[in-house]
Amino acid sequence: MAQTETLKRTPFYDLHVAAGAKMVPFAGYEMPVQYPEGITAEHHVVRKGVGLFDVTHMGEFEITGKDALAFASYVTVNDPNALAVGQVQYSCFLHETGGIVDDCLVHRMADRVMIVVNASNCAKDWKHINRFAGKFDVTLTNRSDETALLALQGPRAQEVLQPLAPGVNLDAIGFYWFTTGKVAGVDCIIARTGYTGEDGFELYHAPADALKVWHALVNPKSPVKLVGLGARDSLRLEMAYPLYGNDIDDETTPFEAGTGWTVKMKKGDFMGRKSLEAQLAKGLTRKLVGFKLLERGFPRHTYPVFVGGKPFGEVRSGIVSPSLGDAIGTAYLPVAVAKPGTRFEVEIRGKRLPAEVVPTPFWTKGSRR
Amino acid sequence: MATLIPEHLLFTEEHEYVQKPDAHDIVSVGITDYASHELGDVVYVDLPQVGAKFKKMEVLGTIEAVKAVSEVYSPVSGEVVEVNGAIEGDPSVVNRDPYGAGWMVKLKVKNPAELDELLGPAAYAAHIGQ
Repeated sequence: MAQTETLKRTPFYDLHVAAGAKMVPFAGYEMPVQYPEGITAEHHVVRKGVGLFDVTHMGEFEITGKDALAFASYVTVNDPNALAVGQVQYSCFLHETGGIVDDCLVHRMADRVMIVVNASNCAKDWKHINRFAGKFDVTLTNRSDETALLALQGPRAQEVLQPLAPGVNLDAIGFYWFTTGKVAGVDCIIARTGYTGEDGFELYHAPADALKVWHALVNPKSPVKLVGLGARDSLRLEMAYPLYGNDIDDETTPFEAGTGWTVKMKKGDFMGRKSLEAQLAKGLTRKLVGFKLLERGFPRHTYPVFVGGKPFGEVRSGIVSPSLGDAIGTAYLPVAVAKPGTRFEVEIRGKRLPAEVVPTPFWTKGSRR
Repeated sequence: MATLIPEHLLFTEEHEYVQKPDAHDIVSVGITDYASHELGDVVYVDLPQVGAKFKKMEVLGTIEAVKAVSEVYSPVSGEVVEVNGAIEGDPSVVNRDPYGAGWMVKLKVKNPAELDELLGPAAYAAHIGQ
């Protein structure tokens, strides 16, 4: 692979390789897609024990200045003004058209806002939000290259992390809240967030300190197992958490994607608002649903979907669920039939298999959801 | 990671293996250890019916792994005389024991001369860069 030389590496690269990871190009980085145990085993580790993901490739934008909250409110759909200091909200950036630029997590700090974005969209997002900075008294700083990020996920996450953070009472951090404190002596933002449906923490820290944090978590005495991007995808899909580029993209709106709960129309003006108003007035034509296949098969992203015998888009995400055993996925269906019980078809290598819309999340037994 | 290439097997460039024929010209066919590692966790295996006939390098079945789907080619021309139903119930056997319990079909070889066209262990090792 000639392109390998231009790919970025996280501070944990050598440790992934030493652990036997299969490294793949992902969003401009060389990232571990799986370790020798395999995606299925890694998936179950997070559902039942505790796993560690290197998600350093994610982007972090810092907003400072008098208008930091007002700016964050203008460029995202949710309402950052409703956040207390130390609280996090799921949100997204919109184009003027109402299509989603990216989804993100907005963190409110005492003196600034931190927005965490997808690695694959980091450059696009950065350009997008900078378009609007001139109208506000803000300074935007892209901290992505100065931030290492580990996600410790699973029902045993707190039990593992607490002894390493004696100065922090993890019990006091609620779901979608964060604090700052030392983990293994390293200054971290400790957020009770994740993308798995399980309890867990995301630890933001300086790359120079990254190996200290890693070795405190990953060592022969620790129950923490390494988990790659492959299991990250199956874990998030069982929760029906959207993945940018699959379930949501530049052409889909939050209302269509089922994340309309994040849109706060009453907060005042924001980018994309007019288009969303127009869409609500006109009515939706399609909605993202979860489905399961009624026959054996593996529904994959881009496989054609047929509703009432007619083509209607494609599978957005699909997998054979390690936790449930069912072949599950997502697709946009006409709004009139986008409800549990509706039958449609997914074409898999020329053969149309029956599918049924089911409620989401698919996995309802997680320790956080 | 070192991959297993048993000395007593023959191989295709597409990573199927063939056990050398018994007295009745019947061979077991599966995918190699290398292929099973490359594919990752196998979640479904679609196998042909007993009695199905295949020409050399025709698609004989499909393996669905978590990250990718892969076709299985018939290494030689022949007729399916047995399929391994056990791997349909527990496809992970293909990852754990590809050369043993993870075999896929048994073929009655039509033209034994085709076996001579397959790769030996050394040639297969070279093919996968080992």
